[in-house]
Amino acid sequence: MKASTQAKLWYAQRISAMLLALCVLVHLVTILYAMRGGLSAAEILARTRGNFSFAIFYFVFVLSVVVHAPIGLARIAEEWMQWRGRSLHIALLLVTLLLTVLGLRAVWGVYVG
Amino acid sequence: MVGLSLMRPLKVKIWRGGQQGAFVAYEVPRLASQSVLDVVTYVQRSLDPSLSYRFSCRVGMCGSCAMSVNGVARWTCRTHVAKVTDEARDDVLELAPLSNLPIIKDLTTDMSEFFDKWAKAKGQFTGTLTRDDEFSNVKPDSPERKKVDAAIECIGCGVCYASCDTVSWRPDYLGPAALNRAWSLVNDVRDAAQNDRLKSVAGDSGCHACHTHTTCSERCPKGIEPTAGISGLKRLAARAAIRGELD
Ligand code: SF4
Ligand code: SF4
Ligand code: FES
Repeated sequence: MKASTQAKLWYAQRISAMLLALCVLVHLVTILYAMRGGLSAAEILARTRGNFSFAIFYFVFVLSVVVHAPIGLARIAEEWMQWRGRSLHIALLLVTLLLTVLGLRAVWGVYVG
Repeated sequence: MVGLSLMRPLKVKIWRGGQQGAFVAYEVPRLASQSVLDVVTYVQRSLDPSLSYRFSCRVGMCGSCAMSVNGVARWTCRTHVAKVTDEARDDVLELAPLSNLPIIKDLTTDMSEFFDKWAKAKGQFTGTLTRDDEFSNVKPDSPERKKVDAAIECIGCGVCYASCDTVSWRPDYLGPAALNRAWSLVNDVRDAAQNDRLKSVAGDSGCHACHTHTTCSERCPKGIEPTAGISGLKRLAARAAIRGELD
C-alpha cells in the first residue's frame, strides 16, 4: 500500500480513536445511569425512539467503529499472522461492510423500531 | 567477608555458534567494578580464544559492544556486572547476540540491514551551500535545534532496534534508530530534501508501524527517545499526505 495512503489511514485511525474514547464513555455512563434507574427494555426503547440526538450520537459511534476497527485488524493480521495484500484487503472490506450494516441496523432498531 | 565474596567466581553462559547454536557455560573470576565487556574479554583471552565479539572504544562512544545481557539489550562496556546480577543469589550472567539481527558467529551479528535502513530512511544530509558560501547560522536555542539536540547523540549501537517488537513482527520496519536519524534531519533547517525524506519514512514499514510502546526509549543507553521523534514524523507525514505532498 502506498505510503501516503498509510499515512492517511493512520490519521483516520487517530481521529476515530479520539471519537471512540468519547463515545464509549458516554455510552457506558448512559448504560450505568439507565440500569441504576431500573429502567426496563421497553422503557428504554420508549425514550430512544424518535430521539434524534440519540440517533445522531450512535450514528457517529458506529461510524468511528467502522473506520477504526478494520485499520487495527489489518495491523494485527500483518504483524501476527503475516497476512498481507489483496486477500487481506478484501477480507477487511467485508468486515467493514458487516460492521456498517450491523451497526446501522442497531441504530435503526432503537430509533425507529 | 567482602574479600571472600569477591572470590566466588561468576557463572557466565555465552551463545556459541551461528543462527543454530547453544549456550556454553564458563566461570570467570569476579573483580570490583567489572563490566560485562570485561567478562567477555576474559573468556576470550583466558578460556577460549575462538570466541567472537565486537568492541572498540570501551567507553560508550563507538556503539559496537551491544549484546543481549540476561535477555535485555545493553552496551556491555558500560554495564557493570553488579548491576545486572546479584552475587548473593549467585545469578548467572547470560550473554547472547543482539536480537532482530542475523547472527554471524557467537556474539557478533550482521548489522548491514540495520545500517541499510538508515539509508532507506534517507539518513543522509542534503545541503545546498558550497564551500564559497557563508556558514548557515542555526541558533542553539531555536526549537528545531533543540529537537536535533535531543536526537543527535546516537552511537548506532542497535540496542533500540534489538529491543523493538515491531521489528520482530515486521522485518521490513525501518526501526527506531533509522527513524530517529531521519527525525534529526527533518529538524535540520539547512536540509533540502525534506519531502523526499517524509516519503521514505511514511507508511507501514516506516514511522506509521510504530506502536509507541517506548521500549526503545527505555533501553537507549544514550537517553535518546526515538519514540518521541517517530511520533513527530507520524504527525508531519500525515499532514503532508493530506496536503497531497507525499504522492
Ligand atoms: S516505540 Fe516504536 S520504535 Fe520504539 S520499540 Fe516501540 S514500536 Fe519500536
Ligand atoms: S538511538 Fe540509542 S539505542 Fe538506538 S542505536 Fe542510537 S544510541 Fe543506540
Ligand atoms: S566498546 Fe564502544 S560503546 Fe562499548
